[in-house]
Amino acid sequence: MTAPAELDLPDLDQDVTPDRPWITIVWNDPINLMSYVTFVLMELFGYSREKAHALMLDVHEKGRAVVSNGTREQMEHDVARLHARGLWATVAQD
Amino acid sequence: MRFKKTRRGVEAKLDPVEAEVLAQCATELLDLLGSAEEPSGDPLAALVGLPPGEVVKPSDPALARLFPDAYGGDDEASADFRRYTESDLRAGKRAAASDALVQLQPLLAGGGKLVLDRDDADSWLGWLNDIRLVLGTRLDVREDDDELEPEDQLAVVYSWLGWLQESLLSCLDPRSA
Repeated sequence: MTAPAELDLPDLDQDVTPDRPWITIVWNDPINLMSYVTFVLMELFGYSREKAHALMLDVHEKGRAVVSNGTREQMEHDVARLHARGLWATVAQD
Repeated sequence: MRFKKTRRGVEAKLDPVEAEVLAQCATELLDLLGSAEEPSGDPLAALVGLPPGEVVKPSDPALARLFPDAYGGDDEASADFRRYTESDLRAGKRAAASDALVQLQPLLAGGGKLVLDRDDADSWLGWLNDIRLVLGTRLDVREDDDELEPEDQLAVVYSWLGWLQESLLSCLDPRSA
């Protein structure tokens, strides 16, 4: 995908409250094929091709996209699965 | 070499050079994944089911790309995540590359047909992506359509692997977990 330009990483130290949901973010990277990112999002989250494609384009054009949300444990599970598939993903609090 | 869809999975005809290059790629990936920075979990702790000790972020940029921090800006949470996940991730990636090496072995001498069932094809998609991440990091690929030096052997292999992965993707429909 495009260059991993200067990315603003989420500031996790600030204002962490337990009732805010956790999210999984996929970040843009210059190596993964666009078709592969779409494939992985469909495979791991059961998203339709349209939804997975739209998320992939967000990653590609905006540098990142939120691909799932839930408990911290669920998000860590999602991130581990994304790392297993080679996508650059992080957990954050919304 | 191009993947074609079959009833049970995919297949591709390989000449001996293609088989050799792929085998070298799988070997390189295995070497990297098995290198000295392998998480040194306490075997006794593992035996009795205790969580492993601290696992540090790999200093090799290619390994760091395969096992990125799970929390941006929170080293402690990232280290915790690493402790519980990296060893399994490594094992999964190693298994895929190692299986590929076995499947390529009979094709090294004279080439031939690589026949993969759906599970094997999935595993190939994974290791092809992993070796592309490794080579792309080594080549310092930075953006789409990055002009790679055509005389650079690594760049040629990297481009070819991308083309191959695209051909494999075109044969597969994602299966939901």
